[in-house]
Amino acid sequence: MSITQTADPALDATSRARDLLGVSRLTNQALTRWLHGLPGVDQVGCEARAAGLGTRSIKTTSKAWAIDLAISMIDLTTLEGADTRGRVRGLAAKALLPDPSDPSTPRPAALCVYGDMVGIAREALGADSGVKVAAVATAFPSGRASMAVKLADTKDAVRAGADEIDMVIDRGAFLSGDYLTVFNQIAQVKEVCGDARLKVIMETGELVTYDNVRRASWLSMLAGGDFIKTSTGKIQPAATLPVTLIMLEAVRDWRDLTGEQVGVKPAGGIRTSKDAIKFLVTVNEIAGEDWLDNHWFRFGASSLLNDLLLQRQRMTTGAYSGASYIADDSPSTAY
Amino acid sequence: MARVDVKKTYKLYIGGKFPRSESGRSYEVYAARKGEFLANAAQGSRKDARDAVTAARAAQPAWAGATAYNRGQVLYRVAEVMEARRPQLVQEVRDAEGLTAAAAEAVVSQAIDRWVWYAGWSDKYVQILGGLNPVAGPYFNISASEPTGVVAVLAPQESSLLGLVSVIAPVIVSGNAVVVVTSADRPLPAITLAECLATSDVPGGVVNIITGKASEIAPWLASHRDVNAIDLAGAAGADGVDWGALEEASAENLKRVLRPAGTGADAVEPDWTATPDLSRLTAFLETKTVWHPKGR
Repeated sequence: MSITQTADPALDATSRARDLLGVSRLTNQALTRWLHGLPGVDQVGCEARAAGLGTRSIKTTSKAWAIDLAISMIDLTTLEGADTRGRVRGLAAKALLPDPSDPSTPRPAALCVYGDMVGIAREALGADSGVKVAAVATAFPSGRASMAVKLADTKDAVRAGADEIDMVIDRGAFLSGDYLTVFNQIAQVKEVCGDARLKVIMETGELVTYDNVRRASWLSMLAGGDFIKTSTGKIQPAATLPVTLIMLEAVRDWRDLTGEQVGVKPAGGIRTSKDAIKFLVTVNEIAGEDWLDNHWFRFGASSLLNDLLLQRQRMTTGAYSGASYIADDSPSTAY
Repeated sequence: MARVDVKKTYKLYIGGKFPRSESGRSYEVYAARKGEFLANAAQGSRKDARDAVTAARAAQPAWAGATAYNRGQVLYRVAEVMEARRPQLVQEVRDAEGLTAAAAEAVVSQAIDRWVWYAGWSDKYVQILGGLNPVAGPYFNISASEPTGVVAVLAPQESSLLGLVSVIAPVIVSGNAVVVVTSADRPLPAITLAECLATSDVPGGVVNIITGKASEIAPWLASHRDVNAIDLAGAAGADGVDWGALEEASAENLKRVLRPAGTGADAVEPDWTATPDLSRLTAFLETKTVWHPKGR
């Protein structure tokens, strides 16, 4: 790519955006023209395609492989006001040993917590477990705070040892057409992330149309997001298959355009192994095999892991399993 | 112009809903006496059984948590609804079992009475079975019965309604949730019973009814680690049911197993017309014993 490396990644993002858009100055008008020039999404076609991909039957060895892959892609998440140190430690213990009855079970990709719990999570996971710590930042989940607060929130999480930052975009600005503000905010947060990978939460449930999902995806990638993520999990609908399909198309086309690969993370509402496998089929069919790796695709989920473990036990033991055979990830808050 | 018949679709009963089998299969049901076609019944699969266990597990705590008095009332209500559907039940029992009209009437009456009989036990069996134990120390030592959890039941193959009621009512009266595999050849009264249950305040998921072949579904219920007990009543006279394997699979998670009289191929269905005792109820209970310090 013909981008001059500067010390300032925010400027870097802006200059790259200028190159891509072919403009001398990155204005809201230029961004609007570019984003609204993207092809519209055929709503019926998109939903039909997603529904069609959801009917694939994945059995036996393919299913076993898919279950292990899905487990390895989970960002095990707890984002509650009632989170305690004990709960975060309990979840970390579960991430380190998801199924005590079968040590061959893969570990999830990351533990996703609020910024103040990053230190606890980091300590509980240890340095060489391979499980990353992701922190939500920028006044998650609403994103309604001043930029100074959002940046401080991000810096705080990075300093505490977060490997990944999940930021929310300003949906109000996006919906009112102020794309430049959204762009600048993402670029600035990316700048303070340092080595941490940045996941950009678009909160697709609030974006109203599929066209907006496509625009938000491109805008997030243009501004330097390493991942585009559907939702906070606090708004319904959260991660639907059609929305994820549109995002997967966006990262595929973005790589064709720029040569850069961006990850995708559907989050919220994915609870069963069956659902997870539908998403994996979609990843393979839309984005391609390169994304079938936890560096490029994640599930933001809390209860999905349990269902995957039940299915895994069913496949290894030959008998249906039950919740009593899965480690409790909501231990008493007493410790 | 002749009116087109509106034939009933007999479906499964899982989690308070009437879904078709996940497998999409159905099988033909014929009358016992002259062999005429009665209906197509859904042929349940192992995944239907799995879904039913999930529904039962979800429903069980709230059902067990209801007061005994309330459970009794709900069960009595089932008897009321059965009474209102008496003509339909009589016809289905006649067709299924090849009985005369009078005999079928008697069977349905007895089935309804059996339901009432068990409903009455809801707030009484704990006093009979539990109590204060004499211990050598300054303690109260109290035993009380609790439901065992999720119970799988292979319903009798012969007695399509009275036998069915006689295996379901004692399981749920104590607060268990149940997954029933019906008689393979005589499933229709069971689905009508499901409709009675669905309209009588029994919470969805407390009773789940799967029509189909015990030989296909029972092994999955016996090995299911989230099932706490299994009643093999319907294994007597069922085609292709391997007793040894079912008991062995049940042992894997220490399931309670209730077997019919007789062993192996000689197993016989109990005489359902006989006056019941509490044995079917007590088979699916756990005893909790509590020590409590005693003052002077």
